[in-house]
Amino acid sequence: MSIDTIAGRTNIVGRGAKATVLIVACGLVLVPFLGIVSTSLASPAEVTRAGGFVLFPSSIDFGAYRSILAGGVVTRSLLISLFVTGVGTLLSITLTAMLGWALSRKGTFGNRYLLILVLVSLLFSPGLIPSYLVVQQLGLLDTLWALIIPTSVTAFNVVVVRAFFVGLPNEIIDSARIDGASEWQLFRHIGVPLAKAALTVVGLFYGVGYWNSFFNALLYISDSGKWPLQLVLRTYVVDNTQLGAEDLGAAGHALPPQTSIQMAILVISIVPIVLVYPFLQRHFAKGVLTGAVKG
Amino acid sequence: MSVAPAPARARHQTGHRPSSPSPAPRRRSWWERLKRDKFVLLLALPGIAVIITFHYYPLLGNVIAFQDYQPYLGIRESLWSGFDNFKILFNGDPDLLNALKNTLTITALQTVFVFPAPIILALILNSLASNRLRQIVQSVLYLPHFLSWVILVAVFQQVLGGAGLLNNYLRSSGHEALNIIGNADAFKALVTSQVIWKDTGWATILFLAVLAQIDRSLYEAASVDGASKLRQTWHITLSGMRPIIILLFILKLGDSLSVGFEQILLQQPAVGRQASEVLDTFVYNNGVVGGAWGVAAAVGLVKGVIGLLLVLSANKIAHAFGEEGVYKA
Repeated sequence: MSIDTIAGRTNIVGRGAKATVLIVACGLVLVPFLGIVSTSLASPAEVTRAGGFVLFPSSIDFGAYRSILAGGVVTRSLLISLFVTGVGTLLSITLTAMLGWALSRKGTFGNRYLLILVLVSLLFSPGLIPSYLVVQQLGLLDTLWALIIPTSVTAFNVVVVRAFFVGLPNEIIDSARIDGASEWQLFRHIGVPLAKAALTVVGLFYGVGYWNSFFNALLYISDSGKWPLQLVLRTYVVDNTQLGAEDLGAAGHALPPQTSIQMAILVISIVPIVLVYPFLQRHFAKGVLTGAVKG
Repeated sequence: MSVAPAPARARHQTGHRPSSPSPAPRRRSWWERLKRDKFVLLLALPGIAVIITFHYYPLLGNVIAFQDYQPYLGIRESLWSGFDNFKILFNGDPDLLNALKNTLTITALQTVFVFPAPIILALILNSLASNRLRQIVQSVLYLPHFLSWVILVAVFQQVLGGAGLLNNYLRSSGHEALNIIGNADAFKALVTSQVIWKDTGWATILFLAVLAQIDRSLYEAASVDGASKLRQTWHITLSGMRPIIILLFILKLGDSLSVGFEQILLQQPAVGRQASEVLDTFVYNNGVVGGAWGVAAAVGLVKGVIGLLLVLSANKIAHAFGEEGVYKA
């Protein structure tokens, strides 16, 4: 159609094509989410009638959420995931800020070697089996710490935070030093407050990482009583294992269809991400680019 | 591992060199500097300890590649077996060859289809006149990046599976249902499209940042000279993006032996190993699951070394062509 059109027409066709690509792309992302939320809220009868998936429910029913939050497998794994994410993120931010600050202090003892040590670790990953052996050796298998400590400091985030500290004007630090501030005071009262934005971004990234971590849990946690949400999601949604009323801690109640329950589990695992997403969005471009450009 | 001796030897030699006169007399001895900086070092300590323990120290664990490793004996008690575990690399083991073939096929598919997608999307986003619209589209398209693979695989199953959204629609409109999830033939295409769905939006960030830095006046000059929009895109936009494209391509190349481990592991039960086994899942399935620790570690070790060599040589090649590369050396 657009082959032999005049210039103005080509422009319109081009715009049309652009708009189509963007609308289709957004649709491909949004429609699945809509379907999942809708199915989790649809009434049992409607889900059964539709044979699984409901896009526009006619009534809203929280039965699926009531059953998964009744205190069974899903509730427990949700609490475990919240614990791992909360404790892990706090630990990660603290350690990353400390290391990032130390590496930003040029000319201190061994500074260059420590920086190289951190940067080189970006070039390779230690491999699955050796990592497993170390966690085993430290006696962390089947503890929640196995989900926190090994991933608590990532070199990339350290580099981002360091770049931020390096970018702070020297005058601030020098004048504080002249006023007699100790290294701890410099870090605690100047570095950290000024780096709040960068630390928030890094913290959000760590948080999303802990929340989403699946393979470490698969590898290190064999006791199903310590499963985080992602493993429950894999077992009962991806692998489609049936969830009975006893598993859910809702014995004696009639359960909603499995599909509704599965969708509700999916929704509660997505909701925290969506909640922090606006913050991520506001800061990430800034944070990531600071690290990339000034690195 | 083969890299390790080199710096040590270099240091050794400098140690024996007749003490070269230092340019300026050192102000402080290292002991004094250590004492002066002890607080900074204390701050660095926990983070460095984590990186050493979980990133460098595990490298030692690779010795089990040369052992008949038995978990109940541990590394100290297990018997040494020389290069026995590495035989699998040369005796044409069909499972390993299949894993290699699948890995390379998926890498090729991803290089062709996944890699250019964000570049095209970034060009489209960049050409939007309305900032508001661009931000809305970006917010939507970045979101999937933050979902875990478990969630993502579950979403794909619910949408494309037998009783999923797509097939329900097809059936209700009188068409035949498509067998996508659990279809071994469609697996590699499915995996590729999942990566596109998850990361295309997010991957535009870097490209958009570079696009924003291109000097506007170049376009004006080009259009005065009579360059069409297409020519402007080719000569100005794409040539401005060349360094970042090459940089990301190098990183991708270095990763070509690792393709979506979690993603594939999660979907393996549905399609079977023949269609879905890749090198990383081979290591996991044979080592942690199958108990052939030594062999799996040997495969993992060789894969890691080749991966490192790929990054280093891709970087060299980029330098040879006058590009910046990942690092300067």
